[in-house]
Amino acid sequence: MSRQSVTPVITALAALGAGIGVLAIGLAASGYDPILGLGALGRGAFGSWYNFTSATLVRAVPLILLGLGVALAFRAGALNVGAEGQFYAGAIVATWVGIHVAGWPSALAIGAVWGAAAVAGVLWIALPVLLKVRFGVLEVISTLLLNFVAEAAVSYAVTGPLQEAKRIYPQSDPIAAAARLPLLPGSRLHGGILLTVLLAAALWFLFTRTRWGFRLKAVGLGPEAARVSGRIPVKRVIAGALLWSGALAGLGGGVEISGVTYTLFQNLSPGYGFTAIAVALLARLHPLGIVATGILFGAIEAGAQGMQREAGVPAVAVQVAEATIILAVLLAEVLARRSAARTVRAEDPA
Amino acid sequence: MTGEVVALTGFVAAAIRISTPLLLAATGEMLNERAGVINLGVEGAMLAGALASAMGAAAGGPWAGALLAVAAGVLVAGVFAAVAIGARADQIISGTAITLGSVGLTGAIYRTAFGPGGPGLSLPTFSAVPIPGLFEVPVLGPSLFNQPALTYLAWLLVPMAWWFLFRSWWGLALRATGESKDAARASGVPVRRVQVLATLTGGALSGLAGATLVLAQVGTFAEKMTAGRGFIAIAIVVLGRWHPAGILLAALLFGAANALQFAFQAMRLSVPYQLFLVLPYGLTLLALAGAVGKAKAPAGLGK
Repeated sequence: MSRQSVTPVITALAALGAGIGVLAIGLAASGYDPILGLGALGRGAFGSWYNFTSATLVRAVPLILLGLGVALAFRAGALNVGAEGQFYAGAIVATWVGIHVAGWPSALAIGAVWGAAAVAGVLWIALPVLLKVRFGVLEVISTLLLNFVAEAAVSYAVTGPLQEAKRIYPQSDPIAAAARLPLLPGSRLHGGILLTVLLAAALWFLFTRTRWGFRLKAVGLGPEAARVSGRIPVKRVIAGALLWSGALAGLGGGVEISGVTYTLFQNLSPGYGFTAIAVALLARLHPLGIVATGILFGAIEAGAQGMQREAGVPAVAVQVAEATIILAVLLAEVLARRSAARTVRAEDPA
Repeated sequence: MTGEVVALTGFVAAAIRISTPLLLAATGEMLNERAGVINLGVEGAMLAGALASAMGAAAGGPWAGALLAVAAGVLVAGVFAAVAIGARADQIISGTAITLGSVGLTGAIYRTAFGPGGPGLSLPTFSAVPIPGLFEVPVLGPSLFNQPALTYLAWLLVPMAWWFLFRSWWGLALRATGESKDAARASGVPVRRVQVLATLTGGALSGLAGATLVLAQVGTFAEKMTAGRGFIAIAIVVLGRWHPAGILLAALLFGAANALQFAFQAMRLSVPYQLFLVLPYGLTLLALAGAVGKAKAPAGLGK
């Protein structure tokens, strides 16, 4: 492998080490046994074939889908931090469609659920896109605010129009059997994993081999340069990136409904939209890398549950590790830039 | 007093109470944005301040809680400053990470300290301090001049921030830093130090905002209790056009939108309550669309 492709892997491993190190120190400082805690985390994620497929990979699927969505927008320099909201928009619509496709052929039912979910994600991000293009409102703020609106929408849906027929719990009725994804025998892992791998491969091709991918990158590196060069419609590229990003996050919500829960309820997502930012950054926005980092973060989140069960450590503690990983990646990028600048100066003593 | 006056007084009092933490956090965020630093870790600093104030108040009363909250806010902003200003990493992403980490850390500390179920704490809180004389004014008296001490402090900060920004040398240095770091540096401003100090001050005010939430409103701590108020504070900075008085108005508008919820509930209208939950966010988005075109952010923001 060339030096260029080895360095990001080393950086990612170092960042992962930093995250686990901070978690271990935090566990020790709050009176837990760090060896026991981390051991429980490892067992929860990789302890058995069932844990790996049904806990780790099941959590990895939404993280990869949302991570791909985040990466698509970030590549164009557009910071979509509203994947959580788009995920919920997708989940709401997927549930509604899923309930109404009883009796359809399965492939058609699943296609309808996924398609509707992706469209819902696009619609959910359409307002921030409009605000950005038309009024110059920072997409960071608008997409973030809409996360809270989406959570309120779920709360309304499951106590109002989508509430179960029995009207007891704040949740929807389960979707029709036709709209449910096939499972890997003996596990809870569903067919959505194939979709994520296919989409990752497709995005890798689009990013690296097409004019569209080149334009995204050019706009992301410097919208000013891309504009001045005159060949790239910057606003349209950014708007397109954000809309597709919303489609992927919405699809993530649809896949979660059709593959995992079959019903809609509040707190369906344990913060997938935010973790997905870490997933995308750790992979440096590389689609195939996101498959790896998505599985890694799926393992951390699955392990967190194991840690809570076995060692009594609150599962939320792993968010500290995730934050540390993001910060470590940022710092590593700064160091890399500085050393690159030094190399250039050393080679060109002008 | 007639029913309408009582209702109006209650509404104004609620609007002011709800706007206070937003005013504190937004004033802090304005200071660092004026210095060119956008800190999305406000939410995290608020949350850390909320937890610290609960722990401090449980141990040594509300003022101890407020002090500990300021310290916690400064600490969280310090981590952000080290990464985003010290190492010049991307501000938006580091801020997001700081908030993510704070959610995890406060949740873990809370559950470890108070047990997994998270029973409601009963904390000593700030009681309302009526201002003699002014308290007698109808409507405004019992709403505006019968507030906890932290509310008065938040309102006092508005003219203080204005004087600091527009009448003091350090305020000039801070604004210069936010417009162009290079130009400020060339005229002898210690750019890094200004940015770090502004960010730490922002953190202190965010921590205090968290304390207000716990010690002057809710009276207990709950995980993720800030519920996006830190991000709303950032929107309020934009809405208030980076000006202390504008921010006061924007924060009040927000408080009023939220207080409508209680007013409408009292009227027993058959509208789903979630509509009132989203009203402030929707209003902010609308207002941003209207405000941004005319307002001008500091030229060096986020760079």
